[in-house]
Amino acid sequence: MNFAVLQFPASNCDQDALHVLKNVLGHSARFVWHKDNSLAGFDAVIIPGGFSYGDYLRTGAIARFSPIMQAVQAFAAQGGPVLGICNGFQILCEAGLLPGALIRNRSLQFRCEHILLKAATNDSPFTNKIPAAKILRIPIAHGEGCYFAGDETMEQLKAGGQILWQYTNAAGELTEDSNPNGSLGNIAGICNQARNVAGLMPHPERASEPILGSADGRLIFESLISWLETKAQARAN
Amino acid sequence: MKAKIIVTPKKAVLDPQGKTVQNALEHMGYHGIGDVHVGKYLEIELAGVDKEAWRKQIDDACHKILSNPVIEDYRFEIEE
Repeated sequence: MNFAVLQFPASNCDQDALHVLKNVLGHSARFVWHKDNSLAGFDAVIIPGGFSYGDYLRTGAIARFSPIMQAVQAFAAQGGPVLGICNGFQILCEAGLLPGALIRNRSLQFRCEHILLKAATNDSPFTNKIPAAKILRIPIAHGEGCYFAGDETMEQLKAGGQILWQYTNAAGELTEDSNPNGSLGNIAGICNQARNVAGLMPHPERASEPILGSADGRLIFESLISWLETKAQARAN
Repeated sequence: MKAKIIVTPKKAVLDPQGKTVQNALEHMGYHGIGDVHVGKYLEIELAGVDKEAWRKQIDDACHKILSNPVIEDYRFEIEE
């Protein structure tokens, strides 16, 4: 599979994402600069973490107007899978590709640590390889990761199974103590109604090799690869 | 001309900054402090003299980029 990893000024997880896709998982991946305007030839798009445009105004607010985001809108509208990680999640929310917004952590602290989360459903291109009871240990590193949406949007997310990942304790329970940022519903990540655009605050690309202390993040990339391969096979038949 | 824009968090949105400032004010001994909301203030220099045209454009810009309607409200005035 061929992955696009977007690069904005001050993206800083782009190298890690490319490394995992290419060197760990053995797929083709290439950087795409924010001033480019084409995603032709790519099977999936990763919007990596960082502090695009210095987080000026609001996190992700300026990046969403980059030329490449027009291409991402078109790519997503055609059903292409898009995964936003951390700042990538913030950009997707600002762009309106995902509902809600990410605001300042309730503690007002920048949180940089390993946390626990689980997949709330395996019915998505991003979670299909995650066993139902599996607790994932993946790092977070953010100051604005508190997921917020209006009541109506929250109801839609729940009814549509759009909540993909939630912060939990070791027993898989959604407790306040296990919620690192005050997110509504312990939400760590969501997808759109069409299920092809997803975002999450934790960094799976920093937890995809045992030497980094956890390889749980691989399951998210492997889910996406498996989904793409199944789709390619269906097209070939 | 000049646009003066104030962006504030919506009432329903958790505002930990406002809460922290409120606590600090209370600890400092200011009595009767109620809810505090921390927002943003923007000043934009505008060319020309067509105030009404600018009003429309600034409103559009506030909606599209200067605020996020999911979490923020805005108000502004155009000063000659």
